[in-house]
Amino acid sequence: MADEALFLLLHNEMVAGVYKSAEQGEVENGRCITKLENMGFRVGQGLIERFTKDTARFKDELDIMKFICKDFWTTVFKKQIDNLRTNHQGIYVLQDNKFRLLTQMSAGKQYLEHASKYLAFTCGLIRGGLSNLGIKSIVTAEVSSMPACKFQVMIQKL
Amino acid sequence: MAVCIAVIAKENYPLYIRSTPMENELKFHYMVHTSLDVVDEKISAMGKALVDQRELYLGLLYPTEDYKVYGYVTNSKVKFVMVVDSSNTALRDNEIRSMFRKLHNSYTDVMCNPFYNPGDRIQSRVFDNMVTSMMIQVC
Repeated sequence: MADEALFLLLHNEMVAGVYKSAEQGEVENGRCITKLENMGFRVGQGLIERFTKDTARFKDELDIMKFICKDFWTTVFKKQIDNLRTNHQGIYVLQDNKFRLLTQMSAGKQYLEHASKYLAFTCGLIRGGLSNLGIKSIVTAEVSSMPACKFQVMIQKL
Repeated sequence: MAVCIAVIAKENYPLYIRSTPMENELKFHYMVHTSLDVVDEKISAMGKALVDQRELYLGLLYPTEDYKVYGYVTNSKVKFVMVVDSSNTALRDNEIRSMFRKLHNSYTDVMCNPFYNPGDRIQSRVFDNMVTSMMIQVC
């Protein structure tokens, strides 16, 4: 991944840009999250292709999730996921206690309502990565207090 | 020197296929198509193998009288199939492997191109040139 600061700045501007274009009426207001998520999806597809180029073939679903939590997260956000939980029936919860894209905002509950904007891209990133590895999923994010957040990955069985 | 190089999507439709123009193109398409079964077989057998045996390169898929077919599957289940002339005995396993690596690197570049839609046919000129160089290179 290129310089960390550049990624953070670019991401902030991207969110701001998408919401600004919504204000000017170019994008429908409720579509902003979807748009950011779709951008993340495409980026995730590309990134996973590059990251998995030199790794061995994955054994199963859990192996892939571990890869996302460790290697993928480290390359993009410079740290690993702090906690990965699963019910072994297709639901995974990835918990990050200090999520990189939220660390610039004041901790606590003040800006909680704005947090979802800054998580949409990452949700797409996970979904895109998994989809390129052959796993269809729905990814949602939730924040209870910044900068910790949880990503819930629901695998869609075929 | 390869006589046919194909990239096949995870849903098993061709993303890219090129063969030497002087020979019957359909024959190679047919060969690549038949090789997909062998690829599937190898992948499902590999799931149980040890970590160090789970590499992306699948090795020789099957030989015919005139040609040898080699396979490679990326983690995103995209398949690369390469047909080489079997009279070319100088071509070793390691060379095939490095050719696949080159192909994979090139494919990754295509995937990371924001103007490329995943799942479309590959029309990148850089990729095309790389394949051309692999087809004429004398090993």
